[in-house]
Amino acid sequence: MTGRKLWLAALAALVLAAPTLAAAQPKEVFIPLLVYRTGPYAPSGIPIADGFVDYFTLLNERDGGINGVKLVWEECETQYDNKQGVECYERLKGKSPVLVNPYSTAITYSLIPKAPVDKIVVFSMGYGMSAASDGRWFPWVFNFPTNYWSQASAVIRYISQQEGGLEKLKGKKIAHIFHNSAYGKEANPTLEELAKKYQFELSLLAVDHPGQEQKATWLQVRRLNPDWIFMSGWGVMNQVAIKEAASVGFKMDHFIGNWWSANDSDVVPAGEGAKGYKGATFHAPGTSFKVHADLMKFVYDKGKGSAKKEDVGAPLHNRGIVNAMFVAEAIRTAMTKYGNKPLTGEQVRWGFENLNLTEQRLEQVGMKSFTHPVKVTCEDHEGNGPVLIQQWDGKKWSVVSDWIAPMRDVVRPKIEAAAVEEAKKLGYTMRDCSKEK
Amino acid sequence: MIYREAGQFKTSYAADQAVFPVVQDRVVVAAAVVAAFVVPPLVANEYWLQAVLIPFLVYALAALGLNLLTGYAGQLSLGTGGFMAVGAYAAFKLTTAFPSLNIVVVFVLSGLVAAGVGLLFGIPSLRIKGFYLAVATLAAQFFLIWLFNKVAWFTNYASSGTITAPDRTLFGVLVTGPNSSASARYLTALGLVAVFAVIAKNLVRGRVGRSWMAIRDRDIAAEIIGVRPLRTKLLAFGISSFYCGVAGAGLVFLYLGSAETLAFDISISFLVLFMVIIGGLGSILGSFLGAAFIVLVPIVLANAPHAIGLRLPVALQKQIELMVFGGLIIFFLIVEPRGLARLWQITKEKLRLWPFPH
Repeated sequence: MTGRKLWLAALAALVLAAPTLAAAQPKEVFIPLLVYRTGPYAPSGIPIADGFVDYFTLLNERDGGINGVKLVWEECETQYDNKQGVECYERLKGKSPVLVNPYSTAITYSLIPKAPVDKIVVFSMGYGMSAASDGRWFPWVFNFPTNYWSQASAVIRYISQQEGGLEKLKGKKIAHIFHNSAYGKEANPTLEELAKKYQFELSLLAVDHPGQEQKATWLQVRRLNPDWIFMSGWGVMNQVAIKEAASVGFKMDHFIGNWWSANDSDVVPAGEGAKGYKGATFHAPGTSFKVHADLMKFVYDKGKGSAKKEDVGAPLHNRGIVNAMFVAEAIRTAMTKYGNKPLTGEQVRWGFENLNLTEQRLEQVGMKSFTHPVKVTCEDHEGNGPVLIQQWDGKKWSVVSDWIAPMRDVVRPKIEAAAVEEAKKLGYTMRDCSKEK
Repeated sequence: MIYREAGQFKTSYAADQAVFPVVQDRVVVAAAVVAAFVVPPLVANEYWLQAVLIPFLVYALAALGLNLLTGYAGQLSLGTGGFMAVGAYAAFKLTTAFPSLNIVVVFVLSGLVAAGVGLLFGIPSLRIKGFYLAVATLAAQFFLIWLFNKVAWFTNYASSGTITAPDRTLFGVLVTGPNSSASARYLTALGLVAVFAVIAKNLVRGRVGRSWMAIRDRDIAAEIIGVRPLRTKLLAFGISSFYCGVAGAGLVFLYLGSAETLAFDISISFLVLFMVIIGGLGSILGSFLGAAFIVLVPIVLANAPHAIGLRLPVALQKQIELMVFGGLIIFFLIVEPRGLARLWQITKEKLRLWPFPH
């Protein structure tokens, strides 16, 4: 046999063996992680990515995965860029993932149309397309525990509580400073509607990517002199905005970031000036929960942690943990129906749709009072979960409000209308939830 | 070269003026085009089509457009991203307003819209030159992006400001939208690029191209011999923007599927300019080589550590990728400032004499 023939024979053998290799798959579930640890969004991207990986490591180390099925993952750097995100998705698609966390609203918009075709669940936790909360139109997309529109309405409710009632909003000036992208604009329609309803003056101030230059925006803020500022920022934009706010002498306790604009890395650069800055969140900050104790015991003390020890408990690190927990619990839910084995995208989708995280279950995963119970249904992929307000005291974040319910009466009809609109663009039809089980 | 053109006599003007006067060149190029149409859809997987070949084709078209303007007519432009955005948004508006309109017609019309906008922003080129013109075209970039961000009409009042490519068919096959196959989108992109490359090649060797080059080389001299600067420069802006517009439509419809204005920001303008400079100013082949370099090298670098079994942290890997990429750009510019196309030409000339160089 010549060398060439030998080579061909080896190739043929490999081709023949390939199906058997695939059949002898180890028991694991693959999760692609689209992260950004470099570029202008790295200050926000790093803690989330670390939180994610830490929780998955914890599950593997402590429990041996989910019901014996190991979690494997691979990170891919997107730099928060749509094109690189699509490239990452296509590259990792080859490893048969069951779900994807895009971690960028723009990438989410690009992946939503692919989800039903590729049978990969898009889980955009608290970001992405708000309209996708209507599960009847978007069976493959989930954005619980709550979305941008709910958040905006909850923040307005919080402001009204501070002012002494919803009717006191009348005539108040509220500015929304937003990242000029799909992400930042997402909250605008709801804010506009609420401005009409409660007759407050809304100013929409855009900050262009990447947000390092905001002098013009803050000049406008000084001229408008708003009573409250709500911010949808991300990455380096947050710390610049907080520094600018401090330097123009804006009352920091009247400056509320959304849940992507309130991390340690956002406030620390502004130093003393950031004291009093508030942010929305849907889980508590800090490390006083059982899950963190486990994290220390099973991950960090073994030297397997991905963040620095002192960064654990930062709001965005906790966000990564919560997100990973939702993913794991959805897979676990799917296993109750399909068995403890590696699952397909369709099976995991069922798991997401039937996820019911009760208070009791949260306690079991060591997250009692860390986050709010969530129940996902076929109609509602958002859960319309409540929001907390946390405040920075110069050293740490502490929660300063009760759980604030979003204005479902305003938000849900908007979601249903927008879902029809968005689904029409993609040529979807509405499914009948009474036939789902 | 491995082949000799000796014995190929040109007996007619047509033969002398052919795009590829040498038979072997013709055969090789024809074979390459046929292979491009046949091979990838058969062998390439979705990752290759979606993440490598389609972006390459889209960027090649944009680079082709900018090369006409910067490489041939000598007008430096940093507005490419803006003109691509015009094409993309025009295509989106047209196809949502007239869903039954053939998608190729939509692409061409959106190219025409971009050409119109390009003409408008080309007007300052009559007064300002060189770097100053580059700054003036920056205005186009920023203004257009601002416009698409500000006016919700362009996105059909989508709350997020995102435009999404709807499903459209060509000859009964889905070629855009989420349900279209990657091969169908690849073939559409390839068809567009092939046709427009042929047109560009013929443009630049005809009267129009010669007048562009005359303006580029010495505008006063060109004016004296009867080239009208107004018409010539505006034509260059118009045609270049047409190409960029079609490329922008392709970026959204054939490649990304959905996009916001961020996809067309200033970095795209620079990226396309780098493609033209690295590929070779004033060369059609250079546009393709430059696009291939800029699109492929980062992907190769991103996949290389995996291929050799090296597991690096993603951040480190990205930083190495950026450094190596930057280093390669500098290397190629030092080795051959006139671009990859010139490098290829030199290789051909050397091979022609091989093995007896004198």
